[in-house]
Amino acid sequence: MRRRNKLYKIVTKKELAPKEMLFEIEAPDIAVKVQPGQFVIVVIGEKGERIPLTICGYDRAKGTVSFAFHEVGKTTKELGNLCEGDCLENVTGPLGNPSEIKNYGKVLCVGGSIMIAPLLLQAKAMKETGNSVTTVLGARIKDVLFMEDEAKAVSDKVYVATDDGSEGYKGLDFLRDLLKTEKFDRCVALGPVVMMKTVSEITKPYGIPTIVTLTPLMVDGMGMCGVCRVTVAGKMQFACVDGPEFDGHLVDFDELVTRQRIFLPEERLSSVLYEIGGCKCGRNKA
Amino acid sequence: MAETKPKPKPKIKKEAVEMPKQAPKDRVKNFNEVALGYDEAQALEEANRCLQCVKPQCVSGCPVEVPIPEFIKCIREQKYAEAIAKIKEKNALPAVCGRVCPQEEQCQVNCVVGRIGEPVSIGRLERYLADWEREHGFQIPEKAKPTGKRVAVVGAGPAGLTAAADLVKMGHEVTMFEALHLAGGVLVYGIPEFRLPKKIVQKEVNYIQKLGVDLRVGNLVGRIHTIPELMENGYDAVFIGSGAGLPQFMNIPGENLGGIYSANEFLIRVNLMKAFKFPDFDTPLRIGKHVVVIGGGNVAMDCARSSMRLGADVCLLYRRSREELPARHEEIENAEEEGLVCKFLAAPLRFNGDEKGWVKSMECQAMELGPPDASGRRRPLPVKGSEFTMETDTVIIAIGQTPNPIIQRTTEGLVVNPRHGTIIVDENGKTSLEGVYAGGDVATGAATVISAMGMGKNAAKAINEYLMNKK
Repeated sequence: MRRRNKLYKIVTKKELAPKEMLFEIEAPDIAVKVQPGQFVIVVIGEKGERIPLTICGYDRAKGTVSFAFHEVGKTTKELGNLCEGDCLENVTGPLGNPSEIKNYGKVLCVGGSIMIAPLLLQAKAMKETGNSVTTVLGARIKDVLFMEDEAKAVSDKVYVATDDGSEGYKGLDFLRDLLKTEKFDRCVALGPVVMMKTVSEITKPYGIPTIVTLTPLMVDGMGMCGVCRVTVAGKMQFACVDGPEFDGHLVDFDELVTRQRIFLPEERLSSVLYEIGGCKCGRNKA
Repeated sequence: MAETKPKPKPKIKKEAVEMPKQAPKDRVKNFNEVALGYDEAQALEEANRCLQCVKPQCVSGCPVEVPIPEFIKCIREQKYAEAIAKIKEKNALPAVCGRVCPQEEQCQVNCVVGRIGEPVSIGRLERYLADWEREHGFQIPEKAKPTGKRVAVVGAGPAGLTAAADLVKMGHEVTMFEALHLAGGVLVYGIPEFRLPKKIVQKEVNYIQKLGVDLRVGNLVGRIHTIPELMENGYDAVFIGSGAGLPQFMNIPGENLGGIYSANEFLIRVNLMKAFKFPDFDTPLRIGKHVVVIGGGNVAMDCARSSMRLGADVCLLYRRSREELPARHEEIENAEEEGLVCKFLAAPLRFNGDEKGWVKSMECQAMELGPPDASGRRRPLPVKGSEFTMETDTVIIAIGQTPNPIIQRTTEGLVVNPRHGTIIVDENGKTSLEGVYAGGDVATGAATVISAMGMGKNAAKAINEYLMNKK
């Protein structure tokens, strides 16, 4: 088994912004099948947890897939301390349903913080299918904004917004004005739950079909545990097998926010313990 | 060694040799195995209770037809290697079956000794031999001549492991795809450490790999390869043993509050991810002081007993009465010894949460038993005006699982039972698609390890016939 595990080698490690990382991993079987909108479950080591990460790129010929993550908890910090050439214990995927990429006409793509990376994969696919693509990049502050050039390459128009207004628009309110003057046929939003909720509220009065990518807690990622259950149109759905994309106008975002915080105290404990003992494990070679 | 051999007794002892167990007050504080297994003297004494019937009744109760009197005879003669080889002719996972099979309703229920006293403890003897073999090194049987046929086995649980072991022994090239990052299926994610230590499962899986099965973990068939793609990519037959992994919920208000787990989530965290060792292991689990487990099957007992080991007081809430509990009698007894409180004839109506969205109480309703339903058990009916509230901070919903829908959704032409999502098979495990077989929980709905193994075995036989007669 160990031999096979050597498959999941980190080929490229890139820092997109402080604490925002992008990894390209050797995973030929996954690279052949993966499509925009799908995710993988990553296990770092024997004692590691299973974490879901949305795919933000793939190279079928080279046999690699890419994902981006924000170093926030123990596992993502540990992941961030790995180096090119290191191997992951396991990468399972592709999981979840692929995005519906079709020629809709004019598509509004909104990405927030680390999810900008997978958003651009979708934006690119939308563009290649003949859509006119308007992309909005959102971030907390200017310093953690990334991939502006990549966004420009796959979009007809790019807007930038930050929470504090340090770059571009302040907040997403400008979208209300934009929608008054421009007509969109579809909207896709990937990012923090609060952002996706706001976008869905803004597009709703205009009747723009709005697809959000939900990233609730997951363990197995294949329909077994049910921790990723979300309420959509009053019905229980599993983000891993029924999603991860859902109609943003029907998602109970408030419940999702609460559910995402279920293990916050444990996550903090893990994270603090890792920071204290981090150097002892010999991983902090970078 | 030989001095311990007891003289054959003229009369059969009515009582079976007890298996040593950890005392309840100790075991409820750890995740170590509860039942400690026979030593050699105990195994010999128990083996000597067997009548060696000319027409053995026990074998007909075994879904995989283990030659029971024969292996017991070998134990009496202290030929342990021969004894375990006898079992392994039919059963690739004796260390598992010796621990988790419901022998009391299969082989042992038919035992002739059982008519005058307690039946021979066949399961304990099987376990003794499997543990003996693990300590003394596995014997790898010779492989049959390669047939040049390739078979894909989907799912490395009891059904898949059994089918894979049989098929590879018949000379076929077998690749086993497991969706999780560890093989074993329900044996690793479902059954707790204290009933079935995971290193034992690992050893059984290693044995099957040593037989020549190519195991690929982290491969969710349906997503990474679909069944039709496997057939196109050079596999001559496929066996689907993907289990019943989709948890059932009750669809009552408040079910999405924090602190409410499906039995699957709870057990996966504890067993597969070792959350009971958090923070040494990374996967967290929060468990409160007052756990309520809803349901009455073996899975419910596993959840209850795990919760007690994590320090909680546990109440089992079951909508029928004690007589209808589907769990094994032994499991209920073990759980009650460890401090489980059972509340029968009650069902939840809604869950209430605190300001942080964590469950704090549940409203329930008393039930009474009406006439029997389709399952033959008396149907529980709500008692009007009997509503009451229970304080709780953790709820585990253990009311059953249905098959995972991914394979069914991605395999065109595969006929599925629309109500339960199970794959429809004939008595040989054949599905509606040529060369595609299925068995275990994915075909029956949630059942036992050994029935899944029996179906895996049957299907392996049918696949072999199909492959050898084709073209």
